[in-house]
Amino acid sequence: MNTSLGITAIAAVCVMTLTIGALGFRLSRTTSDFYVASRMITPTWNASAIGGEYLSAASFLGVAGLVYALGADMLWLPVGYTVGYLVLLLLVAAPLRRSGAYTIPDFAEARLESVAIRRLCSVLVLGIGWLYLVPQFKGAGLALRAVSGAPMWVGNLVVVAVVLINVVGGGMRSITLVQAVQYWIKLTAISVPAFVLISWWMHHGQPIPQVASTPPGQQWSHPLSGFGGVEHPVYATYSMLLALCFGTMGLPHVLVRFYTNPDGPATRRTTSIVLALLGLFYLFPPLYGAFGRIYLPHLPAGTSPDSITLLLPTAVIPGVVGQLMSAMLAGGAFAALLSTASGLTICVAGVVDQDLVRGRLRRFTGNDARAVNGFRISAIAAITVPFGLSLAAGDLGLADAVGLAFAIAASTFCPLLVLGIWWRRLSTTGAGAGLVVGGTLASVAVLLTIFKQVHGGWAGALLTQPAAWTLPITFVVMAVVSLATPKRIPRGTARTMVRLHAPEILSANLGKQRR
Amino acid sequence: MTTEIDEQTRLGELYMATLIRAQWRLSMSVLGSATMMIGGLPLLFFFVPATRTLDVGPVPLPWLILGVLIYPAIWLAGHYYVRQSEQIEREFTELVARR
Repeated sequence: MNTSLGITAIAAVCVMTLTIGALGFRLSRTTSDFYVASRMITPTWNASAIGGEYLSAASFLGVAGLVYALGADMLWLPVGYTVGYLVLLLLVAAPLRRSGAYTIPDFAEARLESVAIRRLCSVLVLGIGWLYLVPQFKGAGLALRAVSGAPMWVGNLVVVAVVLINVVGGGMRSITLVQAVQYWIKLTAISVPAFVLISWWMHHGQPIPQVASTPPGQQWSHPLSGFGGVEHPVYATYSMLLALCFGTMGLPHVLVRFYTNPDGPATRRTTSIVLALLGLFYLFPPLYGAFGRIYLPHLPAGTSPDSITLLLPTAVIPGVVGQLMSAMLAGGAFAALLSTASGLTICVAGVVDQDLVRGRLRRFTGNDARAVNGFRISAIAAITVPFGLSLAAGDLGLADAVGLAFAIAASTFCPLLVLGIWWRRLSTTGAGAGLVVGGTLASVAVLLTIFKQVHGGWAGALLTQPAAWTLPITFVVMAVVSLATPKRIPRGTARTMVRLHAPEILSANLGKQRR
Repeated sequence: MTTEIDEQTRLGELYMATLIRAQWRLSMSVLGSATMMIGGLPLLFFFVPATRTLDVGPVPLPWLILGVLIYPAIWLAGHYYVRQSEQIEREFTELVARR
């Protein structure tokens, strides 16, 4: 195939990302600019940026890949990604913004008045962030290989370089603009080829997917049929849905983005725009899975289902049109993973910086180093580890790997945030116990899944989709231990509750006293 | 009144508890409806197998619901919640200002 079109598209996305990022260089001078972009961004920009950051390689390529491979049950993936923001809106959006926290560790420390809890959260952010970054690099490798035949590591390296230049150089002001533009790039890149495919399909006999049903009863287009060898599909569907719906609020790169809203009500309005933007985007990925089953029922040897979106156009429409569409999709996929990887890197770097690097750097340099240098060093650390992991990682699907990150977030941060925001009797000991138990159970399940130690039957179903049992266990542990340790309820709880829930007009004075 | 809330007099705490409870009830009612609507779908597919195979034109019913119709419903739920929770805060602010 013609490789130059695809490479041009990917290069254009990278160059544009860097150029827009460069515009923000001069604006980011202090640490607070780096983290929150000065909070001067309107809800629509903010919502586009949230959408741009959230729609990752898993959404752009992974959803279509899993729908192609496993059929109708995977339609729940994009639904779960969207409902996650609805749950976030209902349970935590405005109070979290009012808490004034940049990150979940910040929130945990302010609410529970404990540095130990803060450290625990930092470790979890690091784990979830890395787990989420690995599939982004893998997606880059897939996209570049699909258009140019280059080995996987080349794509990985390109993403690492672009993200590092952008994050280290510009900070978040640039990233907010970049992310907002990325959303619209992604929507265009996935919708235009989809419309072309639809009209092609309409004018060429409207074939429907012909999928051999083996063994009988496993129908690709019917839900809960166990197509592709999924065992206990009802449990798997519910557990996946639970992880996605309740894990979104605990993803490291989600909360930071909310801090750029000026107040609680603006945060809510932003989130409701996000729901519309995500819903619009997710109309398209399943189409590629379905068209894949129609026009490309057998994948070429050596390709993974995750590249179905990229392979489809040239398989359907011969000539330049197909190649242009393919190039457009590769560019969109790159936009998707660049934006997610940037956002995650900023968050993980922020946490590494605050809790690991800054103190040590100060000891070495006798307080000479500017705080921003610590952030830059941390950004390099934040991205090189998952880069290494992505080279070592096996054939775990993009959306599968992301799903595991959601499961850990749902089993740890979701109970912490929900109980922390709504329940006065949450104690420091209870929160700590819940995080340790939930984090350990979910991590063990995830590690067993990644390293292929999971076999069939109920044990396999429970381990590959752990959220349905780890999430309730964490809630119970946090609540029971909190009730047993009423003396460890933070002293400032009542005051914190006022700050989380009182409308800004009333709590203006209070907020200033506390800061 | 704002100082009473700030200084956590018993009256201030009572006001805050009422606000938090109202917001919680709103969140739970929207979450409950969404859970029944969205979370009920796999059960529907499970208990009424005909819904899995029903076709609407060339599109199977589950694909139409999960691929298209569910998204406007999610947005509507969010939109309703935003308006209601702003209403609760407006009423609370007025109540406090009146004193």
